[in-house]
Amino acid sequence: MVVSCEEVWREISNYLDGEVDASLRAAIEEHLRGCKHCTAVLDGTRNVVQLYGDERMFEVPLGFSHRLRRRLEENMPGNRRTFLGWMVAAAAAVLVAGSFEVARSSVFSRPELRSEHAQPGTGVPPDMMVVVSTDGKAFHAAGCPFIHDKVHNRTIQAREALRQGYAPCVRCMKKYLTA
Amino acid sequence: MPEEVTSLEHPAKPFNEEMLIQRIRNGEHDLFYELIRPYERRVYSTAFAILRNQADAEDVAQEAVLKAFKHIRQFRAEARFSTWLTQITINEARMWRRKEHANIMEPIVDRQDEEGNYTPRDFADWREIPLETLERKEVRQKLADALASLGEKYREIFVLRDMQHLSIEETAKALGISTASVKTRLLRARLMLRDLLAPGFGGSWSSKPFFAKGTKPW
Repeated sequence: MVVSCEEVWREISNYLDGEVDASLRAAIEEHLRGCKHCTAVLDGTRNVVQLYGDERMFEVPLGFSHRLRRRLEENMPGNRRTFLGWMVAAAAAVLVAGSFEVARSSVFSRPELRSEHAQPGTGVPPDMMVVVSTDGKAFHAAGCPFIHDKVHNRTIQAREALRQGYAPCVRCMKKYLTA
Repeated sequence: MPEEVTSLEHPAKPFNEEMLIQRIRNGEHDLFYELIRPYERRVYSTAFAILRNQADAEDVAQEAVLKAFKHIRQFRAEARFSTWLTQITINEARMWRRKEHANIMEPIVDRQDEEGNYTPRDFADWREIPLETLERKEVRQKLADALASLGEKYREIFVLRDMQHLSIEETAKALGISTASVKTRLLRARLMLRDLLAPGFGGSWSSKPFFAKGTKPW
């Protein structure tokens, strides 16, 4: 199979998402070997996915969580009955927020551990973009319900995920675990 | 307390979520904080993707979360809570925009023909990925500006797919469009952003090389 530049551009998203079949993937890779323009487009598009997939792009205004909680507290039916009830709810919210901060800080300070029992997988397209989380052990397709952490996720290439010791997710990357 | 920490460390586990939702429905309203905590940023950024204004996005995010709380009994277990919450946020943001900013100008790129093939405008070589540049506020601002310049239908898709890491199916469901449309628009969004950003990253924004020339960081 031979593909043109236009066909490569049309399939670039699917290629990066691992959504093209093996023969099309091979044809695109063959084309890329001889085409500087398409290689530049692919590299740049991958960079876009990786940059915007980084948690640092995901900023919320300072105090957002606190104001959201306060708004909820004001509107929860049980919390308006008594002042004491309101105080208990507020204290619980602070406790929950506090415990989250503890959990979060422990995530940051803990050295990264990957699973000892995971299989490395076979035939993972190295160019495919995958999602990993800071304290996870597996790499995933976007949207996989097994993604461990929804706050500190980032998008990287499969080859980089493998290099960092992430293993294919047993659910969304099952087809690479059949060996 | 220990129980809370444990459940917060595993917010993605569906059975935890189901259990939480059930308990909230049974009157343990305070648990709603725990349920939405992993999604707060997602709700905000979804609203921001549509409204492109911090203050409006925060108001809409609050409205959406409140609505999810009030209607938690209507949530059906066959959907994912995250998708349901995203749908509510999108609806709230669209309603807000219609109500408050009916005459807002949409960017020019929105008028492009979606079905036609997209031809990249620029073939600047942008091989190296300077992820460290994200530490610089002005670079994050350039990225935010580029995203804001896309038409809404591309912005929404890109934010849900590439920033919030929803699957194609979830994105389609959240926006009420086909998976084929998601793929077409996502391709366009990514290529347009590359066109907008490649010249800057290829030159002026990367004041010094992060990796030796001719090598890749991976």
